[in-house]
This record gives sequence, structure tokens and C-alpha cells, in this order.
Amino acid sequence: MNFFQPIGRIFLGFLGAAGRLTLFAITAISHCFRPPIYPRIILRQMVEIGYFSLPVVGLTTLFTGMVLTLQTYTGFARFSAEGAVANVVVLGMTRELAPVLAGLMVAGRIGAAMAAEIGTMRVTEQIDALTTLSTNPFKYLVAPRLIAGLTMLPLLVLVGDVIGIFGGYLVSVYKLGFNPSLYLKSTYNFLEFMDVFSGLVKAAVFGVLITLMGCYHGYHSRGGAQGVGAATTNAVVSASILILCFDYILTELFFAT
Amino acid sequence: MTEQQPKISLRDVHKRFGQKVVLNGVDLDVGVGESVVIIGGSGTGKSVTLKCILGLLTPEQGSVEVDGQPVIGMSARDREETNKKFGMLFQGGALFDSLPVWENVAFGLLAEKRCTRHEAKDIAIQKLAQVGLPAEVGDLSPSELSGGMQKRVGLARAIATDPEIIFFDEPTTGLDPIMADVINELIKKCVRELGATALSITHDMASARKIAHRIAMLYDGKIIWQGTPDEIDNSGNPFVEQFIHGRAEGPITMAVRK
Ligand SMILES: Nc1ncnc2c1ncn2[C@@H]1O[C@H](COP(=O)(O)OP(=O)(O)OP(=O)(O)O)[C@@H](O)[C@H]1O
Ligand SMILES: [Mg+2]
Repeated sequence: MNFFQPIGRIFLGFLGAAGRLTLFAITAISHCFRPPIYPRIILRQMVEIGYFSLPVVGLTTLFTGMVLTLQTYTGFARFSAEGAVANVVVLGMTRELAPVLAGLMVAGRIGAAMAAEIGTMRVTEQIDALTTLSTNPFKYLVAPRLIAGLTMLPLLVLVGDVIGIFGGYLVSVYKLGFNPSLYLKSTYNFLEFMDVFSGLVKAAVFGVLITLMGCYHGYHSRGGAQGVGAATTNAVVSASILILCFDYILTELFFAT
Repeated sequence: MTEQQPKISLRDVHKRFGQKVVLNGVDLDVGVGESVVIIGGSGTGKSVTLKCILGLLTPEQGSVEVDGQPVIGMSARDREETNKKFGMLFQGGALFDSLPVWENVAFGLLAEKRCTRHEAKDIAIQKLAQVGLPAEVGDLSPSELSGGMQKRVGLARAIATDPEIIFFDEPTTGLDPIMADVINELIKKCVRELGATALSITHDMASARKIAHRIAMLYDGKIIWQGTPDEIDNSGNPFVEQFIHGRAEGPITMAVRK
């Protein structure tokens, strides 16, 4: 009998947390559509998430594209299928690697910063102060970040796609001796709209997940600097896990039919 | 005051955090245009009382009414409407550190869209002047200010929208005696000239006597005494006596190990 007690408690605790998170998400999303909206803040968040993440995402996808090409080549050379390298690289980047890696990098960069900022606002009573100044913290803090995440991540990933494929091109042409125009041609010919589109949808979902986790953990942080630190860690870890989780779910939805 | 409906009325308010009971049946009325000061030891729940009225904390039991309207459990939209009546100076300032000082002060005005950004800045600078801060301070970030300056910016923010009800959580703590008196005068002016209802918290008895129409003492989760500043010297209440004379010996025993 007593053996089941801790299991039940953990399970109930999990359900409680999932419920709170869902409620938070619903409230936050519903506030995205109801005025007042804050264009100034949305813009600032877009710059923060989109523009300032460019170097990180660019470098990540560049090297990923390069190493993917190298690995695919050494693998495919074993059964003389070198011609398929361009195809594998373009598919791998657009469908999978650019969205997931950009998502994970942005989760580390933005999710942590958001949780820390909102968490500090919580523990220094700034969120309470917002409420007393007839401003809904969901509208003022959470909704602009969600909107910025939703719109900026796909753009980042689009840039990441191009840079990643370019990285692959560099390695193929300058190291592996592929014919440049042939490589580009097979990249282009093989690419379908759906490949890029599915990657961008994934990116949009990841953008929401990252900002949602940052806001949720920041909003519910308590207990001073230590609490804010814990909120930051939780935001990054939960966002990363959710990204990988949803990556599988979305891939299944898109391609497993 | 008796015939008129009180602006704020608390009845039997209970609030606890886990096992720790903080408010244990608080009864308090604040009349229209009245200035009430709550005094009491550190950690007795004075700030918690204000937060219960503002809806930042929800009491487990009891009722809170603002203008005769029960505010506990009201919808988020009504709550927002009600909160427009309030201005609050937080004990820790709670300034928005992502905004310059003037936007902090003008925040309520801009949120309620009462005026353009340009007009709001003028009003903000005027309010800053009222708390003794020069216009240049408006363009600084809150983190560049001293503690006392932050407190005054918080005060300017609380009064910027000319609210009907203003809460001051320790308005003069951390200020020099002259500036403290300027702030006392400002609070009196808000009540006298704007007809605002004020509920303040202070440890500073000189300030309490100056700004209060009525002083209430919070102890052990209840209001144990209330009366005018003139009555407080002959309250006949040993708790109040000890508090206003700041004696370590008396019925209020601090949890200090000897
Ligand atoms: N969010 C909270 N969670 C848990 N306990 C809290 C919380 N807020 C306040 N308390 C507790 O409630 C009690 C009263 O706090 P409050 O801030 O109202 O004190 P106070 O009377 O304003 O004291 P001071 O004069 O020092 O500001 C304290 O003992 C504090 O530990
Ligand atoms: Mg306090």
C-alpha cells in the first residue's frame, strides 16, 4: 500500500504542473489576440530574438552543414553513392537540423534571458507593480514575447537553411572536389516546398515553446536570486526537451502518412 | 464618516502562508478622503494587508470592499477597472528597470492612454519635481539612482495618475529628515487637495503623526488599536505605548535570543 503512495504523489504532482502550464499557455495565447497590444515591445523582442540570435544560429548551421556533408560523403563513398550527398544535406538541413539546432541554441540564449528577466521582475515586485498600474502582465510581458518567438524563429531558420546548405557546398566543392554547378543543381532539383515548409512550421512551434517556457518559469519564480537561477535552468531544460519531443511529433504529422 | 460608505473596508481578513498565519481577522475601514496610517512591528503583515486589498494576494477568509463593492473573487476585467482607482508605492520601489525613470513615472498615464508620450513626459517631470528630483533624472535608468531616489521615483509613479486611493508602503524610510518632511507634506497635499484616500505604512512615528487622520496598530494578525494621532499618546494600550516609545521591554516580545 505504502509503496504506491510516492508514485501517486509524483503522478499527481506531474498532473498539477501540466495543468498549470496548460492554463498559463491558454491565458497567454488568448491575450495575444485581445487589445491592448504593445507594438513597441513586440518590436524590441523581435530584434532581441531575431536579429541578435543571427550570429549564433549562423555559426551553428554553418558548421552543421559542413560536418553533415563530410560525414555523409565518407559514409556514402563506401557504396559509391557520392552523388546523393547534396540531397541528403539539403533534406537534413531544412527538415531537421536547422530548426532543431537553431531552436536549441535560441532556447539557451533567449529562454534563459527571458526567465531571468521576468523572474527578477517577479521577485522585485515589478509584476505586482504592473498590475497596480492597470497593465495586465500577460499582455505586457508574455504576449509580445510569444509573438516575437512565433515570427522570428522561422525567419532565423530560413537564414540557417541557406547558411547550412552553403556550408555543405563549401566542403563539397573545395574539399571533396564536387562540380559546383552540378552540386547546386542537385540540391535545387531535389528540394521540395514541403521540406522547407515543415522546417519553418517546426521553427514557429519551437519559438512558441521557448518563449512560453521562459515566461512560465520566470513568472512563477520565487525566493530571490536562487529562485531566479532555478527558473532559468528549468526554462532552458524544459524548452530543450519539449523541442525534441515536438520535433518527433511534428515530423510524424508531416511525413508519416 | 459613519453615515458615509467607507472607501475601503476590510472585515475579518485572514491570510496565511503555509502554516504561518499572517493576518488573523483584520477589520479596518478607511473613509473617503481619509488618511490612515498602519503601524506595527516588522513582519506583522502590513505589506500583506495592502496586497490583499489590491488583489495581489487572495485572503482565505473575510471580505474586502472598495466603494462598497466586494473585490475578492471578482473577474479579471473588473479587477483591472478597480485597480485604476489605486496608486501604490511599493516598499522596495519595484521600479521597472528596463525603462527610463520618466517612463516609470508616466507608466500609468500611458497604460490608460490618457495622453500622448510627449505630454506624459511633461507630467512625469512635473511629478518628479514634486518629490524633489530634477528633470535630468528622468532620462536615467532606475539602477543608476540611490535607494532614496528610487523611493521618491516610486512615489511619483504612485501619484502620477492622480488616483482616488493611494497606498504608501514606508514612504519615508531611507530618506534624510528634510526630504522625509517634504514627502510628508506631499502626502498631506494629495489628501487635502486631490481628495485622495490614503493608506500608509510607516515605522516613523513623526511621519505617522503628521500625515495621519487616524492611526491603526497591527499586531499578531489583528488591528489591536486605532485612534487619532492626539489619542495615541494616551492610548492606555501597553502594546501601543511600547511601540511608540520604541522600548525593547514590554508585552511585545521580539524573538531575539539573549
Ligand atoms: N509571498 C510570501 N510568501 C510567504 N510568506 C510571506 C510572503 N509575503 C509575506 N510573507 C510573510 O508574511 C509576514 C508579513 O510580511 P509583510 O511583508 O506584510 O511584513 P511587514 O509588516 O510589511 O513588515 P516590514 O515592516 O518589515 O515591511 C512575514 O513574516 C513574511 O515572512
Ligand atoms: Mg512591509
